[in-house]
Amino acid sequence: MAKKILMKGNEAIAEAAVKAGCRYFFGYPITPQNELPAYLSWRLPEVGGVFLQAESEVAASNMVYGAAGAGARVMTSSSSPGISLKAEGISYIAGAELPAVIVNMMRGGPGLGGIQPAQSDYFQATKGMAHGDFRLFVLAPSSVQEAVDLTIDAFELADKYRNPVLLLADGMIGQMMEPVSFERSIDPDDLPDKPWATDGAEGREKNIINSLSLDPAELEKHNQKLKEKYDQMEKEEVRYETYYLDDADIVIVAYGTSARISLSAMELAREEGYKVGLIRPITLFPFPKEIIAKTSEKIDDFLTVEMSTGQMVEDVELAVCANNSSVHFYGRTGGMIPTPEEILAEIKKIGGGK
Amino acid sequence: MKKEMIFAGFGGQGVMLMGRLVAYSGMTEEYHVSWMPSYGPEMRGGTANCTVIVSDKMIPSPLSSKPDIVVAMNLPSMLKFVDTIKPGGKIYVNKSLINQEVERDDIEVIKVPANKIANELGESRIANMVMLGNIICREEFLPLDIVKTSLKEVLPPHRQNLLEINNEALDRGCALA
Amino acid sequence: MQVVAKKPDSLTDKDFHYCPGCTHGIIHRLVAEVMDELDIREKTIGIAPVGCSVLAYEYFDCDMQEASHGRAPAVATGVKRVHPDKVVFTYQGDGDLASIGTAEIVHAANRGENITTIFVNNAIYGMTGGQMAPTTLLGQKTTTSPAGRKKDIAGSPIKISEMLAVLDGAAYIERVSVHDVKHIIKAKKAIKKAFKMQLEGKGFTMIEVLSTCPTNWGIEPVEALKWLEENMIPIYKPQVLKEAGEGE
Repeated sequence: MAKKILMKGNEAIAEAAVKAGCRYFFGYPITPQNELPAYLSWRLPEVGGVFLQAESEVAASNMVYGAAGAGARVMTSSSSPGISLKAEGISYIAGAELPAVIVNMMRGGPGLGGIQPAQSDYFQATKGMAHGDFRLFVLAPSSVQEAVDLTIDAFELADKYRNPVLLLADGMIGQMMEPVSFERSIDPDDLPDKPWATDGAEGREKNIINSLSLDPAELEKHNQKLKEKYDQMEKEEVRYETYYLDDADIVIVAYGTSARISLSAMELAREEGYKVGLIRPITLFPFPKEIIAKTSEKIDDFLTVEMSTGQMVEDVELAVCANNSSVHFYGRTGGMIPTPEEILAEIKKIGGGK
Repeated sequence: MKKEMIFAGFGGQGVMLMGRLVAYSGMTEEYHVSWMPSYGPEMRGGTANCTVIVSDKMIPSPLSSKPDIVVAMNLPSMLKFVDTIKPGGKIYVNKSLINQEVERDDIEVIKVPANKIANELGESRIANMVMLGNIICREEFLPLDIVKTSLKEVLPPHRQNLLEINNEALDRGCALA
Repeated sequence: MQVVAKKPDSLTDKDFHYCPGCTHGIIHRLVAEVMDELDIREKTIGIAPVGCSVLAYEYFDCDMQEASHGRAPAVATGVKRVHPDKVVFTYQGDGDLASIGTAEIVHAANRGENITTIFVNNAIYGMTGGQMAPTTLLGQKTTTSPAGRKKDIAGSPIKISEMLAVLDGAAYIERVSVHDVKHIIKAKKAIKKAFKMQLEGKGFTMIEVLSTCPTNWGIEPVEALKWLEENMIPIYKPQVLKEAGEGE
């Protein structure tokens, strides 16, 4: 096993990108993700890569488009307001079917909001990133080690589906330090071939990277093709983690930082005799609706915990509706983080489970 | 074993480094560890703090709403965190800078003249290590020599020249325990 | 039989969609001829903009990327950083480059991004139906300046080439026109020089090409050429605005 290193989430993700064979980064400064570009600004040149601080978030996402279209393994990172600006490029990346990895270290919003951790970009990440009928593959780590592992997976998934992959974390994951080890390392010279890339049409037909399609019938066909990819993701790529579903009476659904805190709440509750379980979605798109639906066959009460006023809760409600389970919600937002005690109080309010 | 600790002080007192050193030492001793800083504008001039958890089990929340130990390097930090401490927990108070008494009788108060000893050693910036030496030897969940070897790893290259005096500070703090 | 004129290899067989009398076709051809002459078709990646030349990727017979509105220089930057040994050019109109894409063009130039930009300036938005552009002349009537562009409302025509010329990263900036044969020959020379300088790694090069839009100007093609000469040339003087010397 590789040696453990104590690293900040932002820096660990940056190193994981290097380990994934990513050699190109285009970004723009914004708190609380600044350690990520700062790390790559020296690390990428060290391995023969390119770090470029763009003139704007918009430019950065379009540089990613260009580099991805040119066949590179490429990444950008930002935080909530910056992701809104990057949305333009992301839509084009999705439309042109380019592989790219985007990191969102969420902070409180809307507007300029704050700089403390939040999960208020769930809707944006999973449903409404930008104009057009497209989906991002969304991965939500809840620890620094998982952020590392999912970053490497993100690049592989992006190439596999020729689709942008969003690593959705928050200021807490970005700022905290935990021990990590880097088990995998991908040689950038050993990446999958990209015969569609624009690298100069030497001895072949020209390649075009494009999202424009003026013929509605053609564009519909393109959208159907994209939909097939998203369907395949839903069929094959769902990831989640469960705790105590066997004996639980109440099941918490939470992702990322909220899940970490909910785990503490679950322990407190169990110490007091409340049979609480937990489902932690790791992929937010594709959303683990099947396990939630299956769990709802025997669970009457779900508690969704988020650092928002309620976004993922809508997907939980959809997943359980066939079995009429109740979906309760507890959220803190604007940079406030729920405490285990607050969540425990919600569990007690729901009653049951004891 | 699980210790939830908050290290707090004003910017420049090295509270982040104290926390990182505990987390790093814990990792070296194969504990689960997490280090979570406060971040943002308050890091400049205001109070800075970090939460460190060292545990023999997976750490669920890396934050602590009821810490076992609070280390207050200045008065605002003491006032901010003293009420959060778990009953039966401890507060380490930097006696050199804090005159006010702790008004709780369900926690243990340990007073360490961190700045005074640091000044005796001729380097006021190592008050944090005096305090940490005291904590390490009193709490006994991490060996002092591991903290010392970790210090070498944690100190940035341009601070390595301060290694010896930092070790001395750790020893002085330990001797008080 | 002797061939006296043929389509350049760097253009596809696809017919242009441009309006009758529009000079985009001429400018496409000049770029393609230069690509042929420099033998760079198989190592060139072009970036098409949003605007009338949005379909440029169908016409140039080299690898192409279609950018979002104004971002072609950013997209080109991404491509060039991945393939520094290849030739990368953007082909942009004045709405794309001089309005929504000002940040991108200024910073690409300022970084000395080793790319070539063909900046087609016809003083109006063409694709969307003749709206005022930042390059629209004072008094010029458009669908969004029906009484003519007024300085106190919309400012004066923006002179991008002059602006970029002051930047250290800009290696070569020239403004040319295609309203007559003499100017077309000069335009081609400038375009060729820009690509050559890119091949030599000199930095950012841009050729601003004054162009016509008979449809949205609301005049006949021949008249449009005359209008360009009489109205645009005095404001946008064809000239070399920047040429970095040796050792600079």
